[in-house]
Amino acid sequence: MSAMVNEKTVTCIICPAGCRIRVSMQGGEIASIKGNLCKRGENYAKDEVTHPTRVLTTTVRLEDGRLLPVKTARPIPKALLFDAVKELSNVVVKVPVKIGQVVYSNVAGTGVDVVATRSWK
Amino acid sequence: MQSRELVIIGAGPAGLSAAVEARRLGIKDVLVIDREPEPGGILKQCIHTGFGLHVFNEELTGPEYAERFIREAENLGVEIMLDTMVIELSADKRIVAVNNREGLMEIQAKAIILAMGCRERTRGAINIPGFRPAGIFTAGTAQRFVNIEGYMPGREIVILGSGDIGLIMARRLTLEGAKVKCVVEIMPYSNGLTRNIVQCLEDYDIPLLLKHTVVNIHGRKRVEGVTIAEVDENMKPIMSTAKFVPCDTLLLSVGLIPENELSRMAEITIDEATGGPVVNQRMETSVPGIFACGNVLHVHDLVDYVTREAELAARGAASYLADGGKKYEYVPVSTGSGLRYVLPQRINADAMTDSRQNFFMRSVRPMNKARLIIESEKGVIKSKAMRHVKPSEMISIQLGRDEVIGIKMLRFSLQEEGDGVERDG
Repeated sequence: MSAMVNEKTVTCIICPAGCRIRVSMQGGEIASIKGNLCKRGENYAKDEVTHPTRVLTTTVRLEDGRLLPVKTARPIPKALLFDAVKELSNVVVKVPVKIGQVVYSNVAGTGVDVVATRSWK
Repeated sequence: MQSRELVIIGAGPAGLSAAVEARRLGIKDVLVIDREPEPGGILKQCIHTGFGLHVFNEELTGPEYAERFIREAENLGVEIMLDTMVIELSADKRIVAVNNREGLMEIQAKAIILAMGCRERTRGAINIPGFRPAGIFTAGTAQRFVNIEGYMPGREIVILGSGDIGLIMARRLTLEGAKVKCVVEIMPYSNGLTRNIVQCLEDYDIPLLLKHTVVNIHGRKRVEGVTIAEVDENMKPIMSTAKFVPCDTLLLSVGLIPENELSRMAEITIDEATGGPVVNQRMETSVPGIFACGNVLHVHDLVDYVTREAELAARGAASYLADGGKKYEYVPVSTGSGLRYVLPQRINADAMTDSRQNFFMRSVRPMNKARLIIESEKGVIKSKAMRHVKPSEMISIQLGRDEVIGIKMLRFSLQEEGDGVERDG
């Protein structure tokens, strides 16, 4: 029985080389990783293909109408970025806010906190 | 007229970093003037991450990076005068500033650090034909609308130019529900950092059209679309490739210009290549006692380098205040082939404030493998193999005082090596 062979290309962002790394997938498993100049690229490509994550940065409203820049305290799955933004569009935060303060918990069910990236008086 | 020891114009990352370093060096009277109601400069609207990897060894957002310096400046007793516009600067270090509390102020400074930053090139700078409807913004203006004011500039967006701000805004607007149709870049390569191409365009399947440009803007009241076309090797549009892209908004990310109106007023010599002042080893302009750092000096891609440069300017100002403006002879630093510019443009090894001097430069084009060659009148004094050089990523190299002492000239050049396919990783 032959499983589907599927190739994905990932551009590495670990260093300025920007290797175009080709990852072959066979039946949901990584079959080969090619085109990377170093080991770090291999790990990056593996993560990108199996469970890509990103730190989300966006804004939420303060109760007085101003905007508060925020970020997820840790990277969240890339596939949940839009859900997270949507959820955060309903969040209203009380003033004053301190940088690093948690303004929302468990965004998009990820278990990750959303924190303020500036203080507002 | 008030007398001040050190006046810094601009409270962005350059101005704040310089102020903090100046206070640490023991300069008692440090005044920072900014036209905005808050310190922090453009970092306030750069809510994305990617700041501080070199200075703090962690990845911060723009507001976080700014807040660290704002807090440090407060702790060190730096005076920051906000909502205040400097409207005149003269070579004898007199500043005229104005605000709505004190009116017109005249300040005599012993030393000045210019940290006014840069501004964006607009449609007028690149002469796009077509109508003049609403819906054409520079990328930075759109960034301010979305991240500070809370307005969306449009729903269907085309971005001209692949500078970092344009790429960042492609992602930001997509996350906020807009459709970014494409990013159009006239050059055969992008002018943005690789990580931004990947995380802002590829992540959201936004096409990057290289060797393309906008040749017409349609719509009377509001943008209704743009015509884009491929360009030939002379960057002339090939009209047979023209096609209409419907959109309601065009963002421009087509370069930044150091903001040197005040520098020109003080008759400071400007380098055509950088658009900023010509400086020496301590970031001092052609007018003794006036220093420059950050994007007013040359446009940076990383804020971390701005901080390092601003700290050097502050050490320069401290040494100037200590040596009372002693006259120095300078060795010229020239830009050879393969490079767009090198900074500083002249040095005096004896008057270096640090034991090692940082030189910043940009390549004229991308090169996979290259060799940076530094020559004096006696021949090559240093050469360094470089990989993956791009105009969008500034090159920084240090020379020790012992390497430059006694020389009569310095020339930097960048030579492409091999075909770039050899890989020894």
